[in-house]
Amino acid sequence: MNKKRENSLIFWLFLAPVLFAFFMVMIIPFFMGAFYSFTNWTSSARADSTLKFVGLENYIESFKDPAFGYSFGITIIYTVVNMVVINFVAFAFALLVTSQLRYKNIYRVGFFVPNLIGGLILGYVWQFIFNNAIPSLGKALPLLNILASPANLILSKNTTAILALVIVGTWQYAGYIMMIYIAAIENVPVELHEAAKIDGATPFIRLTKITIPMAAQAFTVTMFLTLVNSFKQFDVNVSLTSGGPSVMYLGKPILGTELLALNIYDTAFVSNNLAMGQARAVVFFFVLAIISLVQVSVNKKKEIEL
Amino acid sequence: MNDRKVGLLIAEIITALLFILFLFPFFIVLINSAKSAFEVTQFPMAWPKNWGNIWTNIVKIWTSEAIAYPSSLLSSFIITALSLVLINLLAAQAGWVLVRTKSRLSAGIFFMFVASMVIPFQIVMFPLLSWFRTVSSFIGIPLLRTYQGIILSYIGFGISLSIFMFHGFIKGIPLELEEAATIDGCRKSQTFYQIVFPILTPIHATVMVLNGIWIWNDYLLPLLVLGKGNAVQTIPLAVSNFAGAFVKQWDLILTAILLAMVPIIIFFLFAQKYIVKGMVAGSIK
Repeated sequence: MNKKRENSLIFWLFLAPVLFAFFMVMIIPFFMGAFYSFTNWTSSARADSTLKFVGLENYIESFKDPAFGYSFGITIIYTVVNMVVINFVAFAFALLVTSQLRYKNIYRVGFFVPNLIGGLILGYVWQFIFNNAIPSLGKALPLLNILASPANLILSKNTTAILALVIVGTWQYAGYIMMIYIAAIENVPVELHEAAKIDGATPFIRLTKITIPMAAQAFTVTMFLTLVNSFKQFDVNVSLTSGGPSVMYLGKPILGTELLALNIYDTAFVSNNLAMGQARAVVFFFVLAIISLVQVSVNKKKEIEL
Repeated sequence: MNDRKVGLLIAEIITALLFILFLFPFFIVLINSAKSAFEVTQFPMAWPKNWGNIWTNIVKIWTSEAIAYPSSLLSSFIITALSLVLINLLAAQAGWVLVRTKSRLSAGIFFMFVASMVIPFQIVMFPLLSWFRTVSSFIGIPLLRTYQGIILSYIGFGISLSIFMFHGFIKGIPLELEEAATIDGCRKSQTFYQIVFPILTPIHATVMVLNGIWIWNDYLLPLLVLGKGNAVQTIPLAVSNFAGAFVKQWDLILTAILLAMVPIIIFFLFAQKYIVKGMVAGSIK
């Protein structure tokens, strides 16, 4: 067999399985989805019999739906708050466990462990903490009496329930982001710090003038990861709040902590409107692509400035 | 000098407190798994009266038909293990031919995989179900609610990042090695399996860790492809199914959670170094 033919045979033999899987689950569904979002696709079982083209109707109806607008708003708020809190906590942790603490390796592992457990399971754990453990503290300690009243449950108001989502999100993710910061901080040459020390720089100046600028590349990565993961949050949302409690918004009762991913899922399976759920997923895709592009380019610019 | 020591001591105390606070939820799960239904709701923060209860609860969960824990554990193992083996083998092959073939087509295929990483699962999940249903009825092999369906899905969704990582690693392997093998009479496929594949061990570990943690904990994809309460269940599906059916029975739910956490924590204790390294490497690439 000549060499060229062998090369091209191996090329296709080695690529065929991955291309098959990739087309089956990504490419074909992607284009099907884009198409279905312009139709009255309702239940997949009778998709072929009654499929009709409806133009932009699913998109227009989505934007008219207060629940979608609300969901969009709280997803953006959640994402921004989550990004800030996670990165702040993770960086502080990273600074602590790269100093000369005695048990720093144990601390690292402890902060990292929640990341190994899936968001769904973590959400149930925290539901128990917020609904049972914390109120019981209120009953036991007169000083924390306020926590005992059912009206003050953290998950019973939409504002505090979103905060609860941030707490769980941070608990789950900070240790992972911390590991990335640790790698960045440990990569800063020791000579830089020593030279600065000789010149009389305080630890705070060394942090802002040496460590943070040298870790700029890590910030681009961590910001991107936290942004994308917060925006796509689904598992914790399902098990911690299931979207509840209900609130009134624009004269309509809607779910008060339903983030976008859950809203898309509920639109398709609870409201039984697959086509509209699909249209929302398309919007979700574009918004995510645009904001993450903006974030990366802003961070890249910052990297150069620092 | 003394000032510094005091500062370090304060930092040590603060970090230790944060450490305890961080692990406290695990502690809550553990103590409440050892309580009766009454104790859990009345005294969730108290020390359990009788630690023997934990065994009673574990037996209840292990034998409960509502959660089907043993079969879910087995399914989770099968799905994760087969997906990992296949992803690693196929992605290594694909990454290698994409690096070693210099053509526009090869670059284009690589670009397609990389570009697809921005596509969120949400946009493909509904059509995926209807597509799987269509294909199943056409070829007669069921893809929904089956091992083959979910494993195929994990290969499709995990392949892009995996190829990307193998691609990056293989680029750094000197070509001379493979040329020498060819001169010695190795066929192209032999060169890959006997020369290149063994060199890839470190990147195999990284890719396995990244995909393993994702697949083991994933909820949304199994929820759609396998569905809740069917024959093939993963651990997260089983736990959510159970928590939905036994609302507020926290003694049992928390025991189920404890059992769901144990396998991955044991695994972590054994492979800690690789896991941390793998996850950090995966993020930076």
